[in-house]
Amino acid sequence: MASFKPTKIPIYPKLGEKVTQDTLYWKNYKSPVQVKEFGAVTSIDFSPVAPHNYAVTASTRIHIYGPFSQEPVKTFTRFKNTAYSGRFRSDGQLLVAGCEDSVVRLFDIGGRVELRMFKGHTKGVHVADFTSDRYHIMTGSDDYTCCLWDIPNSTELTSYKEHTDYIRCGTTSKLNKDLFITGSYDHTLRVFDTRMARSVMNMDHNQPVESVLLYPSEGLLVSAGGRYVKVWDLLKGGQPLVSLKHHHKTVTSLCLGSNGQRLLSASLDRHVKIYNTTNYKVVHNYDYATSILSLGLAPDDKSVVVGMTDGILSVKHQKSPEEKKEVGGKPKRRPVFRVFVKGRNNVPKKDDFLVSKAVKCHLEKYDKQLKRFNVSKALDTALESWLKNKKPEVMVAVMKELDRRGTLKNALAGRDEQHLSQILSFLIGNIVDPRFAPVLVTATEMVLDIYQAVIGQSSVVERQILRLQELVEKEIDYQQDLLEVLGILDTLFASSLPLKEVPCPGNSRPNGLAEGAPLLQAA
Amino acid sequence: MVEHTGIRVVHRGGSKINFREPIFTNDSRYLLCVSGESVKVYSTSTEECVQDLHGHTDLVTGVVLNPSNHLQAYSCSADGTVRLWDFTDGILIKTFIIGYPIYSIHVSEKHAGVVFVVIRMATEKFSELFQIVAVNLPRSADQDIEARELSAVLCDVSPHPGAASFGRGGEYIASAKGLQLEVYFFKNQKSYRFSLKSGMKKGINNTFTCISCHPKEDCIATGHGDGKIRLWRNFNQKKEYTYSTLHWHHNAVSALRFTPEGTNLLSGGIESVLVLWRYTQENQKNFLPRLGAAITHIAVSPDGSLFCTSHSDNKMTIIQSSVRVSAVIQGLVKSDVLQTDLMIDPGTKALVLNGKPGHLQFYSLQNDKQLYNLDIVQQEYIHQEGLHQFEVVKVAFSTCGDWLATVEERKQKNSELEISLKLWVYDKQIQSFGLNTTITAPHEDQITAMCFSPSSETTLLVTTSLDGYFKAWMLADHSDTKDVASWSCEFVGGYHRLKPGCFCFSADGSLLALVFQEVVTVWSPTSWEMLTTLSQPPGDIRDICFGRLSCSKYLVGTSTRNQLFCWNLLTCSLVWSTPMDVSLLQADPLSENMAAFCCQSGNSDLFVFKPSEPRPLYSKKTLCTGKVQRAIFAPRQQLLESSDEQSQWLNRSQLYFLTQNMDLLTFSTKTEDDRLLASSKQIDMDDSVAVTPFYLLLGKHRQQQKEKQELLAERTQLPQGTIAIKELLHTPAHVLPSASFLCSMFVHSLLISSSSAREEKEPAEEEMESEREEEDSEGEADPIHSRQDLGGSAAWCLVDESGAPALTKAQERELRRVKKVDHSWLSSILDC
Repeated sequence: MASFKPTKIPIYPKLGEKVTQDTLYWKNYKSPVQVKEFGAVTSIDFSPVAPHNYAVTASTRIHIYGPFSQEPVKTFTRFKNTAYSGRFRSDGQLLVAGCEDSVVRLFDIGGRVELRMFKGHTKGVHVADFTSDRYHIMTGSDDYTCCLWDIPNSTELTSYKEHTDYIRCGTTSKLNKDLFITGSYDHTLRVFDTRMARSVMNMDHNQPVESVLLYPSEGLLVSAGGRYVKVWDLLKGGQPLVSLKHHHKTVTSLCLGSNGQRLLSASLDRHVKIYNTTNYKVVHNYDYATSILSLGLAPDDKSVVVGMTDGILSVKHQKSPEEKKEVGGKPKRRPVFRVFVKGRNNVPKKDDFLVSKAVKCHLEKYDKQLKRFNVSKALDTALESWLKNKKPEVMVAVMKELDRRGTLKNALAGRDEQHLSQILSFLIGNIVDPRFAPVLVTATEMVLDIYQAVIGQSSVVERQILRLQELVEKEIDYQQDLLEVLGILDTLFASSLPLKEVPCPGNSRPNGLAEGAPLLQAA
Repeated sequence: MVEHTGIRVVHRGGSKINFREPIFTNDSRYLLCVSGESVKVYSTSTEECVQDLHGHTDLVTGVVLNPSNHLQAYSCSADGTVRLWDFTDGILIKTFIIGYPIYSIHVSEKHAGVVFVVIRMATEKFSELFQIVAVNLPRSADQDIEARELSAVLCDVSPHPGAASFGRGGEYIASAKGLQLEVYFFKNQKSYRFSLKSGMKKGINNTFTCISCHPKEDCIATGHGDGKIRLWRNFNQKKEYTYSTLHWHHNAVSALRFTPEGTNLLSGGIESVLVLWRYTQENQKNFLPRLGAAITHIAVSPDGSLFCTSHSDNKMTIIQSSVRVSAVIQGLVKSDVLQTDLMIDPGTKALVLNGKPGHLQFYSLQNDKQLYNLDIVQQEYIHQEGLHQFEVVKVAFSTCGDWLATVEERKQKNSELEISLKLWVYDKQIQSFGLNTTITAPHEDQITAMCFSPSSETTLLVTTSLDGYFKAWMLADHSDTKDVASWSCEFVGGYHRLKPGCFCFSADGSLLALVFQEVVTVWSPTSWEMLTTLSQPPGDIRDICFGRLSCSKYLVGTSTRNQLFCWNLLTCSLVWSTPMDVSLLQADPLSENMAAFCCQSGNSDLFVFKPSEPRPLYSKKTLCTGKVQRAIFAPRQQLLESSDEQSQWLNRSQLYFLTQNMDLLTFSTKTEDDRLLASSKQIDMDDSVAVTPFYLLLGKHRQQQKEKQELLAERTQLPQGTIAIKELLHTPAHVLPSASFLCSMFVHSLLISSSSAREEKEPAEEEMESEREEEDSEGEADPIHSRQDLGGSAAWCLVDESGAPALTKAQERELRRVKKVDHSWLSSILDC
């Protein structure tokens, strides 16, 4: 004798992204902490030494935040105009920042007043960075020049004027004290060696360059400009390796994560995309409220900091393993002690005859009612579950089962105003869902058939039926539009597909019926 | 039949076992049921078939126990004979030739030597009136006896065996037909008729469907078409009869049976619920729900301890009187229409086809036994008429048998077609298929064909549908995600909006030939490019098949306009074609051969040919009447080595086919028959132990061991004779007391026979003599015998150990005394 087979609730595939290891990793962050800055956040830089404070450059200030604080631990306010590019030295002791007033300022992390001021540029300085020997500073300015400064003397060592537009980004080599790279609005990237009078390498990005980034190995260079992120192979003389176009607005910021395994790009289109650096495929995507100007990632991906045009700084911290566990679910309520212990220590003796107990299959309440052929009650139960947790799958599955049994009409009939309005609101909520439509359309027809005689008696029901009608009409229009689009696409595809002659031997008499290309349709 | 080739068409299993009510033997250990042209004896405990009584030449229509000898059974058949069998040994005792086709048989204890059979009233063949006649079985020593002494008992009865029943051990017989109940009393030879109003206008269906008489009281229970059960009393008069009505069933009651004591009434119908009514307290009912399929017959064992229900899905369920299922005997489930093709599961080599509604059955052709049912639809089956249920319509296995694809569909009037495609993966741990992917609505219309690619590198499934597209499904590998691999659509293709029909992969999976009405398109499954098109108008192409092995360059097709043609794919040209109305084309996966079934003038012909030459290897006219529905080549377990040209094509695989009447037939060659005969002789079955493969294995092993032992040490031969020892030896070792305790008792027990011998010396010695003779007749040269001859009257010591020294007279006497005392001990022990 077979046991009762419960109603199957189908599991619908989640639309959209697949759950990969990467999505799990990059989703494992707490909800973001938002801090309001004074103006657009143009730069975020993490200190290379623990505890990895980060400098946030916004408007005329540079705030330094601790890893967990939401209040700045330190603020530098000595800027006459908008500050840019606040960066830490590799020992985390000094901070350099450019400014719209063309002065580059060097700060000690402990103090408040600038240690040095480097004057020489004629326009705003958007880029400033320390070289790897820690005694020099590289800067790039809107006056098309980039300079190298000596910190102890605060004097200009070299100046290059090769770019033909604003220099808005740049980076120094961490391995070679003489190398630095700048990107400019003249669409080029240039590699300079301070020992040489001219740039040693030149790469064309084709778009105004907004951000450059060197791989830790410094064999590869990443540049962002326009909608493109491009990767260049420096060891092959600046050969373009890959060009990524995943954003639909200008990419503003780049950074590396997971020890160089992942590349992150932020854009004005409010997205942060995460790429795998081996195959350059997008593995994850973050959405933000407004356009992003700057992006920073703490070492070991502990936190993701994003600065936006409206001055909001959004900080996401990674969940610690304990917190992760907690999310998995509260510990289940155990049964009472007495029940729990009962028969627990009773070990069967040698001669005992063990009577196996039939495993009782747990049935849901609606299944129990279906088993007893109580169709109306089963529908009520399913409706209750929908009201409780708003999951339409159960209700649809029960409706489908009743329809299969030929008793859906009986179950829907004989309801009062309140029940009917509940059912109607369920139908209104879900009838246009393509997953449920085949079942719900029949159910709706049945409801209308059954209750058409009494429609005028209740204003509530009447209003709902009008809404339903409106909804269905809108859906029909929508479907028609979609079909039109599909038709347009079909013609486009058909014209782009080359006509191919089907090979057929010359003399075979009836064997060549092919009159054109087969009708293909991409899966 | 073409006798000289030695190829015969034979029934191979799968006959109906639910055709007539099964019969329990008196000891409830066996169940007799009719099965096609034979009667099968099943063990009620092990569910195994222990005897197959062959002899009838037509459908067996009934079986009953001989009321005067409970070890014999009568069976009647449409061939016009009643046969008497000894069912324990499977011997045909007598054949009574009646001369008319018999439709059912009844017996009763009060009428010894008489059987009541239902035959047609008029002698012409298509009369629709039946009568019950009493046949006096003449006593004669002959095997075949003509029994022409017929006397009509009741006229115009229903041929259905459930519509007639004997009451009170044979005092009267009650029969029902239509709206009339007729009771005939043998004593005063009077019959009474009672009829019901038709009541059809009110939607009541009062027709009688089945009948059962109370064994002790004057009460007749009748089942009706509207689900009512009426209990009739006082029917020995015309006027003052009464009846009471019980109603639980919502559809026709198809089976009714009183238990032997008359305390309970069992009823069943399409609801597949066995209802147990308490007699005289009818509001107390017990139910046994979800028996799987509509109940067609109910049988009760003579001691009332077991019930047996036959079901419409060719199944018998044995139920204990505590309303609990104890065993299920399942035959090949045959629905009226076979939706799926016949398939061979590559793993178990079982035949796979539609089983119970929503299930697939795996049927072992070798053992004629259902291996298991796979639930495809996984929904509660509602037993109700007029419901559209999900049906499994297409099945496909991947080449190595690790994937199974099924399509189920449900078509309701004025609502859209519900189709779902399910993919099942073989789980080695549970040794069954588990669901991997469900695709709802894979196509917008019915799926016409489905097949896995035979290529070993990719797992690819192709489906074609009436919506004009074919789709390729691939196992998508999600190695980067946590989900298990699942199937998704890889490619959708079509050709000029024509409806795709059948398709075929080449043997290596590198080509796919797809039929679009009258055009064959050839595709490459790796790039999904269409390589070429072939066509042979007029007529749509019905079947298409790639050649195998040496003929792999050929593509064979059949069209609706009576054409069979063959293309060479290397030149893309037609090689040969013949006008032939081929209804079914089937390729043998293990050889180049193809089988084409033709339907001509109501008969089916078979041609077996190789694609390389249009001349058939083997042909057989008038294979069977009607169209051949499905056919399949099943690989043989043991290859035949027939060198005969005509039967060579059956060497590697066997061709099974289903006729219009859903009979599963196959071809048998001479060599195979010989082999079967030889194997059946080898099996010397013990009726208490089921013949399972395990038993055969172990039994053979044991036999060998026994022979060895006999050769090596004949002295270990066990003593035989006393029942006590036999019982002692047959009792399982784990329930016996310890060996040291038993040892002395055992030794003493060996002495028993001679203890009685001392008291009655003469008969005992005779007994011993006969025992010795028996042993001698078994041809076992026993060295002890010689010593026993020497010992003369001291016969009892022969069973002692051979090394034991001869005893003195005094010792003998002492032993006898001891054994005399111990005898009672042992018997008491054995009693408890």
